[in-house]
Amino acid sequence: MAKVSCRKAFTAKLLELARENDKIYAVATDSRGSVTIGKFAEEFPTRFIECGIAEQNAVGVASGLAKDGNNVFVTGPACFLAARAFEQVKVDVAYNKTNVKIVGVSSGVSYGPLGGTHTSLHDYASMRALANMLVLAPSDNIQTEYLTEYLAKTHQPTYMRMGRGDVESVYEAGESFEIGKAKQVYDGTDITIIACGETVIVAKKAAEKLKEQGISARVLDMFTIKPLDTESVVKAAKETKGIITLEEHSIYGGLGEAVTHVVSELAPTKVKILGFPDEEVKIGNSKELFEHYGLTPENVASEAKKLL
Amino acid sequence: MDLKKIAFDRRLEVLDMVYSKKSGHIGGSMSCMDILTSLYYCVMDVQKIKEHHEDRDRFILSKGHCSEALYTVLADCGFYDKAELDTYTRFGTKFAEHPTKGINGIEIATGALGHGLSAGVGMAISLKNRKSDAHVYVLMGDGEQAEGSIWEAAMAASKFELDNLTMIIDRNRLQISGSTEDVMPLDNLAEKYQAFGCHVITCDGHKYKELLPALKERKAKQPTVVVANTVKGYGSSIMANKADWHHNIPNAEEYEQLKSDLTKKGLEVE
Repeated sequence: MAKVSCRKAFTAKLLELARENDKIYAVATDSRGSVTIGKFAEEFPTRFIECGIAEQNAVGVASGLAKDGNNVFVTGPACFLAARAFEQVKVDVAYNKTNVKIVGVSSGVSYGPLGGTHTSLHDYASMRALANMLVLAPSDNIQTEYLTEYLAKTHQPTYMRMGRGDVESVYEAGESFEIGKAKQVYDGTDITIIACGETVIVAKKAAEKLKEQGISARVLDMFTIKPLDTESVVKAAKETKGIITLEEHSIYGGLGEAVTHVVSELAPTKVKILGFPDEEVKIGNSKELFEHYGLTPENVASEAKKLL
Repeated sequence: MDLKKIAFDRRLEVLDMVYSKKSGHIGGSMSCMDILTSLYYCVMDVQKIKEHHEDRDRFILSKGHCSEALYTVLADCGFYDKAELDTYTRFGTKFAEHPTKGINGIEIATGALGHGLSAGVGMAISLKNRKSDAHVYVLMGDGEQAEGSIWEAAMAASKFELDNLTMIIDRNRLQISGSTEDVMPLDNLAEKYQAFGCHVITCDGHKYKELLPALKERKAKQPTVVVANTVKGYGSSIMANKADWHHNIPNAEEYEQLKSDLTKKGLEVE
C-alpha cells in the first residue's frame, strides 16, 4: 500500500479544485511549509491569503471572505487553529454559519517531540460542542481527497483534522464515502472496533491479528465525528459483543464518549475507550507515543479479547 | 436632511427600547448614533444594501453591544418593520442584545469584541479581488481596542492595502469599569494606527461637518481610520460621560428626564 500524508493529499486536491473554481480561497498562518500549500500560493496569489502568525485574525478574515460568497479553507497546525482561534471558530464560523473550512494539520501528537504546546488532543471535544459544525477526521490520502472535494462543493462550517506523517492507505483509489455514515472496513460478528483518523489503519491491523486467532472483528472508520453515525453504532452494539473505540485524542469528549453516549441511550453494551489519558502527554514521536498509550494493533487485539 | 434630528429621534427610540425591555447598552448607543446616521443616511447606498446587491457597501458593528442603536436605524431605513423591534430581547426573537444573523441588513453577527475588523478585512479583500467599488465600514468601540485580534487585523488591512476599508472608533473614553485610560490606556490611538500603516483622521463624532468628510475620505493603497471623539451617553447630563451608563437601565424618573433632554437637544440649532 502507498504511504502518503493526508496533508499532501489535501493540498494537491485543493490546488486541482481551485483551478476549476475561482471562489476557493486558502488562508494561511505562516504555515505554507507545514501545510504543504506553497504551490497554491504560487499559482493563486490573490486567493492565497497569508495572515502571518495570527490565527484569530486568519479565521475572522476567512469568515469575511466567505460572507462575500467564497469557499474558504483556513489551513494551519491544528494545535493553534483549534485553540488560539477557538472563539473565532465559535462565533465567526459556527454561529455565523459561514462557509469556512478549518483544516488543522499535524494534529493529535504529530508534533510529539515539540511538547505539550503543540498537541491537539482536545479538538474533537471542543468542535463537537459547537452547533452547526461538521467535524471530520480522514484516515488516509484517498479519503482526504474525497472529503476535500466534498467540502469544495458544499456550504458548511467544518473542522477537518489530519496528521503530519505518511500513512498507509486504508482504501483503494476511487473508493467513495458518505458524510455522516461510518465506512465499514471489515465486517465482523464478535467485536467492533470503531476508529477515526490515523488510528483506522491500527484498527485494521488489529482485526487482522484477531482473525488469525479466530476472532471476527468489525472495523468501522468513523471519519465523520459529527454528526455521528448513530445507526452503525447501534447495529454494532446489537450484532457484536462489545465495542472498542480508538482515537488520537483525549479519552474525554472525543469519539469514545460520542459512541458511549449513543450506546448508553439506545443499545447498552460494553465499551472500551482507547485514547490519550487525562495526563500530560510524554515527549516522543508519534510512533513512540502510540506505543506508550496502547494505540497499537497488539494492544487493541488484547483489549478486544477482554470484552469477549 | 436634518441628520441631527434623525439621530435624536433614533436615540429616543433606543431609550424606549432599553426602558421598556430593561436591557441594552444605552451609553454607547448614544455616543455612536451620529456615526450610524451619517453612514446610513448620507454615506452608504442603502438601496443596494437592502437589495443585498453584490456590490453593496458593508457595515459591521464590531461593538455589537450597541445593537439597539443599529436596529433603530435599520428599521427607520426600511429594512424591516419598526414594530418588529417590540420583540427585542424577548424569548425567541431574532433581535438579541448583540446583532444576530437572519436580520435584514446585518452582514455578520457580532458581540464578542475584537472580531468585526477581521471579518471586514476578509470582505474588503474579496471585494477588491473582484474589482467591486463597494466599501467596508467597521465600527469599533474604544475599550474594544484592548483586544489583540484588532491589531492583527489592522496589520493585515495595511498589508493588503485595503483602501476600500474604513475603521471607525467610537472614542467615548469610557468602558464598563471606568475610564479607558485607567482600564487599559489607549491614548495616541491615532499614532498607533498610523504606525500600523493606516491613514488616520481624528474628528468630532457628533459634528456632521467633520464626520461626513472623514467617512468619505479615501487614500490610495491605505485603509482609513476615523477616530471619532464622542461623549458616552450623549444628549443628557444624567448619563453623559458616566461609565455606569454603559448598560444602566433608567428608572421612571430618569426615563422622563432623558426623554425630555433628548427631545430638547434634538431641536437645538447648532
